[in-house]
Amino acid sequence: MLEIKNLHASVEDKKILKGINLQVNAGEVHAIMGPNGSGKSTLASVIAGKEEFEVKKGSIALKGEDLEELAPEERSHKGIFLSFQYPVEIPGVTVTNFMKTAINESRKARGLEDMPANQMLKLIREKSELLEIDRKFLSRSLNEGFSGGEKKRNEIFQMAMLEPELAILDETDSGLDIDALRIVANGVNKLRGKDNAIIVITHYQRLLEYIVPDFVHVLHDGKIVKSGTKELALELEEKGYDWLKQETAV
Amino acid sequence: MDLKDKLLSSFIAFENNVDLDNPVHEVRSEAIKNFEEKGFPSKKEEAWKYTSLNNIQKVDFSVFPKQENTLEYKEIKKYFLHEIDTYKIVFVDGVYSSYLSETTHDGVDVCLMSAAFSKPMYKQIIELYFNKVASKDESLTTLNTAFSKEGAYIYIPKNKAPRKPIQILHFATGNEAALMLQPRNLIIVEENAEVQIIERHQSLTGNEVFTNSVTEIFASKDAIVDYYKVQNDRDNASLVDNTYISQKNSSVVRVHTFSFGGKLTRNNLNFYQNGERIDSILKGVTILGEKQHVDHHTLVHHAQPNCESHQDYKGIFGEKSTGVFNGKIIVDEIAQKTNAFQQNNNILISDKATINTKPQLEIFADDVKCSHGCTIGQLDEDALFYLQSRGIPKKEATALLMYAFANNVLESVRIPELKTRINKIIANKLGVRVGFEL
Repeated sequence: MLEIKNLHASVEDKKILKGINLQVNAGEVHAIMGPNGSGKSTLASVIAGKEEFEVKKGSIALKGEDLEELAPEERSHKGIFLSFQYPVEIPGVTVTNFMKTAINESRKARGLEDMPANQMLKLIREKSELLEIDRKFLSRSLNEGFSGGEKKRNEIFQMAMLEPELAILDETDSGLDIDALRIVANGVNKLRGKDNAIIVITHYQRLLEYIVPDFVHVLHDGKIVKSGTKELALELEEKGYDWLKQETAV
Repeated sequence: MDLKDKLLSSFIAFENNVDLDNPVHEVRSEAIKNFEEKGFPSKKEEAWKYTSLNNIQKVDFSVFPKQENTLEYKEIKKYFLHEIDTYKIVFVDGVYSSYLSETTHDGVDVCLMSAAFSKPMYKQIIELYFNKVASKDESLTTLNTAFSKEGAYIYIPKNKAPRKPIQILHFATGNEAALMLQPRNLIIVEENAEVQIIERHQSLTGNEVFTNSVTEIFASKDAIVDYYKVQNDRDNASLVDNTYISQKNSSVVRVHTFSFGGKLTRNNLNFYQNGERIDSILKGVTILGEKQHVDHHTLVHHAQPNCESHQDYKGIFGEKSTGVFNGKIIVDEIAQKTNAFQQNNNILISDKATINTKPQLEIFADDVKCSHGCTIGQLDEDALFYLQSRGIPKKEATALLMYAFANNVLESVRIPELKTRINKIIANKLGVRVGFEL
């Protein structure tokens, strides 16, 4: 599904990613963990195509197709979804209108007609129920005045609406209480399937109790320094990241 | 002959056609003297630094229409807010069109200035209100006063509200090569009365039109006035709109100015607060392209304690368009506990577009809250990326963000059909598909 080879990326000449190699196959869930500033969010943004980051070396391919030349919206149309760590507030655009625009633009890119209004409403109703989102919430301006938890739940609602092939969840657990975490994880797990893949970026092990990963990678100083199975996450939880830093220093 | 000379010589002919015994005659004579002395404002004056009327003065305008022109409703229906029932005061080339209008004297007066000037029953009101808040030394206002003859006259007595909104529409047919219009409106809203008014100037052909309009609005105690100016004219039309508002205790006046077109538009919007607990609301959305020019000059004069004013102007400037916002707030020494807010946010979407924005605060009281902010910027890159990452192409995402930026000024529009209409115009201007409900 996703193949990252020797990826180097910088922002304003500051090197952040220094040779990432990662292969994610359909049906898999990968967790990327690591201390603050290790490059986790940068990796997520680079995959989604944020222009601010410059890919200096290496490649990212989705289902064999190189992504380098593709704009963020084209990557979205190919099935990539990024759940933002800090979703942007957009006053004046309601959640519903935003979702309709996003869905119909994606359909247009695939040569399809706009989704009929009744079908759209049904879809919105179904997915908002899945995320236990109040209907009033849907007519509010996108993320404006939302609590941290509401923003994250709204991200997963968007994911459920767009049904991506590759979902990247960037610190989706931060700011969530235990109930919200359960709801969000439930929404994510509904998307799991043999044709989809998920990358969960997190600082803590907590979310991984609900979204159980097949593989865990540890990112440190722009490189994946250790990979393993879900047990690695538990080990990190217990020992912290310092032992890894020492290990890589050696 | 330049335009000033032409106007001065036309004044004699104009006066010969009106009633010389009318007390307004003296007001007109005083006004033309002032205009003769001052002439058209030039760029040397601070208030006209960024707006030049030089090109307008070179045009050989016809000052009075030579013939009466008629229009078919179906040709111009789209310029009306036709989705709802309204009173209509319609002028074609400056001449009242009874055929296109719907006036009333049923409890309220929605009619014509020419009637108010000539009929004895209005004499007292004219004496009390006409030219009482309009400036007596601003040259274009005095020019309008000198030629004041026709326009909308609206009188809402105590505790009354007309059953429906009122539209004032001015059409220019272009049957004259170039036409200058000087409508004069007088709007009096008595105690605890209410009115909603929509004003629009529309040229129908490519011939030059220059409108120098003056509107006086008097809001008595507890009155509520909503005034909407829709400026979406063709690129041969220029407009100087001088609006003067006098407010008394606990009145609320909201003026929304939607500037989407025209070659040159200058809005002089002046609020005078003559009472306590007054609220003055000034909102504007400006979206320009080509070589269009819009200049908003606002004045809020806080002359009594415990009043508020709220200004929120948003502008989007593309191509070679130019914008000006000059917001003046005066707080007199006596006007303690004033809350005055002013916000002007602009987005430039072309390297060749310009905006000049300037807050001007003169505060003589010490216990007041005044805030002002102006921004000139591009769109938020993070917001753009967020929308793109959801599959919305950059062009559409940009349009959507601009739409959202402008659109939130509309929250205070109290006629839903007008709100929808303005929303559609904004969406159209920005190339956003508004297939959704708002």
